[in-house]
Amino acid sequence: MTWSEMQPLLEQACWDTFYMVGWSTLIAVAGGLPLGILLVLTDRGGLLQNVVANKVIGQVVNIARSMPFIILMVALMTFTRWVTGTTIGREAAIVPLAIGAIPFFARLVEMSVREVDGGLVEAVQSMGGSTWKIVRSVLVPEALPSLISGATTTVVALIGYSAMAGTVGAGGLGDIAIRYGYQRFETGLMWTTVAILAVVISLLQFGGDLAARSLHRRTGKGGPVLLFRPLSGIFPGTVATDAVKKS
Amino acid sequence: MITTTGLTKIYRADRSRGREVTALDGVDLHVREGEVYGVIGQSGAGKSSLIRCINLLERPTSGTVTVAGQDLTAIAGRGPRAGRELREARSRIGMVFQHFNLLSSRTVQDNVELPLEILGRSGKERSRKALELLDLVGLADKAGAYPAQLSGGQKQRVGIARALAGDPKVLLSDEATSALDPETTRSILQLLRDLNRQLGLTVLLITHEMGVVKSICDSAALMERGRVVESGTVSELLATPGSELAAALFPVGGEPTGDDRTVLDVTFQGEAATQPVISQLSRTYNIDISILGAAIDTVGGLQVAGCASNCPAATRTTWCRSASCANRVFRSTCRAPPPSGPRW
Repeated sequence: MTWSEMQPLLEQACWDTFYMVGWSTLIAVAGGLPLGILLVLTDRGGLLQNVVANKVIGQVVNIARSMPFIILMVALMTFTRWVTGTTIGREAAIVPLAIGAIPFFARLVEMSVREVDGGLVEAVQSMGGSTWKIVRSVLVPEALPSLISGATTTVVALIGYSAMAGTVGAGGLGDIAIRYGYQRFETGLMWTTVAILAVVISLLQFGGDLAARSLHRRTGKGGPVLLFRPLSGIFPGTVATDAVKKS
Repeated sequence: MITTTGLTKIYRADRSRGREVTALDGVDLHVREGEVYGVIGQSGAGKSSLIRCINLLERPTSGTVTVAGQDLTAIAGRGPRAGRELREARSRIGMVFQHFNLLSSRTVQDNVELPLEILGRSGKERSRKALELLDLVGLADKAGAYPAQLSGGQKQRVGIARALAGDPKVLLSDEATSALDPETTRSILQLLRDLNRQLGLTVLLITHEMGVVKSICDSAALMERGRVVESGTVSELLATPGSELAAALFPVGGEPTGDDRTVLDVTFQGEAATQPVISQLSRTYNIDISILGAAIDTVGGLQVAGCASNCPAATRTTWCRSASCANRVFRSTCRAPPPSGPRW
């Protein structure tokens, strides 16, 4: 297979992947964020303590998370048809992708929000702030760097899941790697998709870390370590100035 | 301004085993309008529970809390969620925390604006008020900084500005200076004192540092194991024989040098502090007095002098009684021996 043959295939596959992952990430964030916050609020000692609701939500999240994605995709087919009118194609893949990622992201949100200092919640309570105000002004903004890291992890996981979307004819990079690379012994094409995926994921991770880190830097907390730290790695001086600034 | 009656808080640490911790055990507290009231005690004495029960961050198990004439326990409702009425009442009570509790995601100005957002003020009004308050606490130039860029003392100033944003009549201070160094502690206490005078703010503060009570409190209460053991204005406490708080506020010690000798604790305050009482007594009653220890200090704005004097036991009774005649303002305590010694 020559490059001119591979190029349109890869281009289409990239767009399919971005399309599916993009939409399902948006839905996963929109669904997982409130769900994760709800898990914290309804927990024992939470602002909206409701042990029954907490157990139910927690259990639903656990079940959804324990299901292998390919099985989830098949199990959700009726629902997918009800939402999109079809069970094949890119749109049909977005539904199980989003539903698979919501509980995943919700758990990450839960972890991030739990890290927020309880004293801040108390401070806003002492000012007469409502639970909604606490969520909006304390929990989400204070956990934001960590939430961004969580969203990055979710996107990367979704790219992984989307490799299976070929099963329902949704295309994407994973799909051509299987169909051309594996089933037709097109090793060149397969390695090209692997390389593209590696680059895409590295860039995403880098961007996510950068965003989280810039927020951390502003707020002065220790941020996550960047995968790529070209300057501080090579010139120890930059590390020293960092440390001086912090102290 | 703040009154608690029979305030009790029991934590059920372990429900299945029924283990209970009584943090507050029938606390009656009365804080008058415009005074600085200090509650002092060791860790675990229940001070934190007390201050958190006042704005109902902790729901008391029983008892009532009245702030500015409003019975907060009555409007609290059932369950842990705060209803609208309680939230409104809370917005009229400022609170300052030991660890500042500033939002790291917001600038100093935005932190001070937070209570005003909750009160639903307009953007322009919020920023005007926030800048005014930052000016009041001496941080006008730090409005755009993030809390991470400030020192501990500056953070606490922001905390105080934030607590004042809703124009509260009452300020609760939960160990506000305990995370600060002595110099910064002094400046924060001075600020609280100034605010108390300028704005007529009633301040209830809890602390484990006697120095805090000494430097700014008008009244104080000592807590032990969930109970208020002693309370009153600082001058009342100093005049109370055997008062632990007075002894801690103003420590003068000494032991009798022989069986025929006794130690007198003598405390003068205000006008009497400047009079030569000891030498007058010595001359008038012809007794030899040796001074074991003495100190002069300013407690809660009052000048206080105290000394522990060693004098013959035989003359003890006459000595004290005569002293009472000689000067009504002069107060003394005969500590030992015997325990039921003369006191007045």
